[in-house]
Amino acid sequence: MSTAVEPRGWAKLALHINGWFVYFFFYAPIALLVLFSFSNNRNVGIWGGFTLDWYQEFFNSSNAQGALSNSVKIAVVVTFVSVILGTMSALALERFTFRGKKVFDALLYLPIIIPDVTMAVMLLLFFGEFFELLDMAFGFQLRKGFWSIVISHIAFNISFVSVVVRARLTGMDTDLEEAAVDLYASRWKAFRYVTFPQILPGIAGGALLAMTLSLDDVVITQFVTGPGWTTLPVYVFGLIRKGVTPAINSISVIMLLASMILVVLSLFAERARHSV
Amino acid sequence: MAIASDQSSEEDRMTPQFEKVAEKKESRRGFLLALPSYVYLIIFFVIPLIIVLVYSFATRNRFGGTDLSGWNLESYERIAEPIVRTILFRSLWLAFLTTVICLLIAYPFAYFLATRRPAIRNVMLVFVMIPFWTNFLVRNFAWRVILGNDGPLTKTTEFLGLGTQELLFSQKAVVLGLVYGYLPFMILPLYAAIERIDGQLIEASRDLYGSAWQSFRNVLLPLSMPGVIAGSILVFIPSMGAYVTPEILGGAKTTLLGSYIVTQFLTARNWPFGAALSFVLMAIMLVGTVIYFRKGGRTL
Repeated sequence: MSTAVEPRGWAKLALHINGWFVYFFFYAPIALLVLFSFSNNRNVGIWGGFTLDWYQEFFNSSNAQGALSNSVKIAVVVTFVSVILGTMSALALERFTFRGKKVFDALLYLPIIIPDVTMAVMLLLFFGEFFELLDMAFGFQLRKGFWSIVISHIAFNISFVSVVVRARLTGMDTDLEEAAVDLYASRWKAFRYVTFPQILPGIAGGALLAMTLSLDDVVITQFVTGPGWTTLPVYVFGLIRKGVTPAINSISVIMLLASMILVVLSLFAERARHSV
Repeated sequence: MAIASDQSSEEDRMTPQFEKVAEKKESRRGFLLALPSYVYLIIFFVIPLIIVLVYSFATRNRFGGTDLSGWNLESYERIAEPIVRTILFRSLWLAFLTTVICLLIAYPFAYFLATRRPAIRNVMLVFVMIPFWTNFLVRNFAWRVILGNDGPLTKTTEFLGLGTQELLFSQKAVVLGLVYGYLPFMILPLYAAIERIDGQLIEASRDLYGSAWQSFRNVLLPLSMPGVIAGSILVFIPSMGAYVTPEILGGAKTTLLGSYIVTQFLTARNWPFGAALSFVLMAIMLVGTVIYFRKGGRTL
């Protein structure tokens, strides 16, 4: 495919300026946030000399540490389950035909496009009704907490994982799989030794996306969390609403760092994708 | 691909009955693979959706609870109230504004990306992907720091002799936060659409004495329409339901539909009304998606 033609004259200049503007727009706020997280001033956004106090405050705060550990625990379980369910759905949709496939395909898209406020409301009411039902029927007293958050995150992450894995499956040559089956490999063996190694980068990419989305979610988590299960974004959001302090800067930078590490890992997965 | 089982003889494979059996087996396998997610989504997505629908017809009782008996349309009728209408139109307007601004920035940018050499282009794309992956809450908070009292923006405007700025807690700040948050959602589908266009078509239109504007209007734009529509929907829908951005950057006069829904559940405790509003939001989303598939189907 030939590259698009670059215009000449003032249009070319305008394109270049717009291009650099976009990068400046993306990165200047992030750079300033990092800068001010080291600022020795009670007011955010005002430079008052270098300090690491705000980071120390984060590491000494048991609330923040607890929220961080909650977030990680939730993200690990969510990623594990979402990857298995998402990969199975992707395989079913890309390699098989079955009754109800179209409905399943459409259903799988909904959690991606639905506004998160709507999904949060749905799950809030669901858990309310479900717990009430359990209480009436069996006398179980359940509360929202770890499992309600995990269940909610999986409900949207299955779709994201399956989209990423499907992209990998469609781009893949089916010749090898067919050859394996022609050579009397069972369907399982063909999957285990031929398909799986090839889609592994896609699965890794899906896992990283699921983990990122789970670690970042505020709106849905806020609705389905229970006592003792505040996650880091929900904790930070609460702090921001109470009043902005430089301590939030340092937590933000740590969250930023976590996101960046996940992006870099996903780029490695992407590269593995191209090299296979 | 229908794959015969290993035990059968070559002759068996040829018979139509066997093919039918094998096909059935394949179909069952596919169904079983999809089943766990299918069941999961029915329990934790479809049923919750139905519960919201049921709630939207229910009545709030005096204690802030919900009476599920005695269905009525009261919650939907409330949408016509002036306050609710104001919020609804404000959300539509700000989401529209966000979408248009994103489009105006992202279209030339996506074209610029498409004209770079492949090696540079990949690096540039990575730097668009990074904000895409970065925590949305944190990125909005960064603007709170910049726009704050005596913050970097005020310092800059004062230095330039423009006086202090009063952006924070205004609608402009909310739109700024939304554009910042969702710009990558516009760039990526636009780039995907523009990159796929054969550059020779534009060259041909120029060779045939089409002006730059004509080439853009009659060649580039129609061919990139699927990207324009996909990007616009990806920006418009979350902007409509925005809750985090107006909460961090907005003030009292910038309540949007998303925040208003949250208020109904967490503070006003009018769940039926909140459920009805959620349904309105979802209806807008569904209309957008249908348009996308219709248009995308025609032009792709």
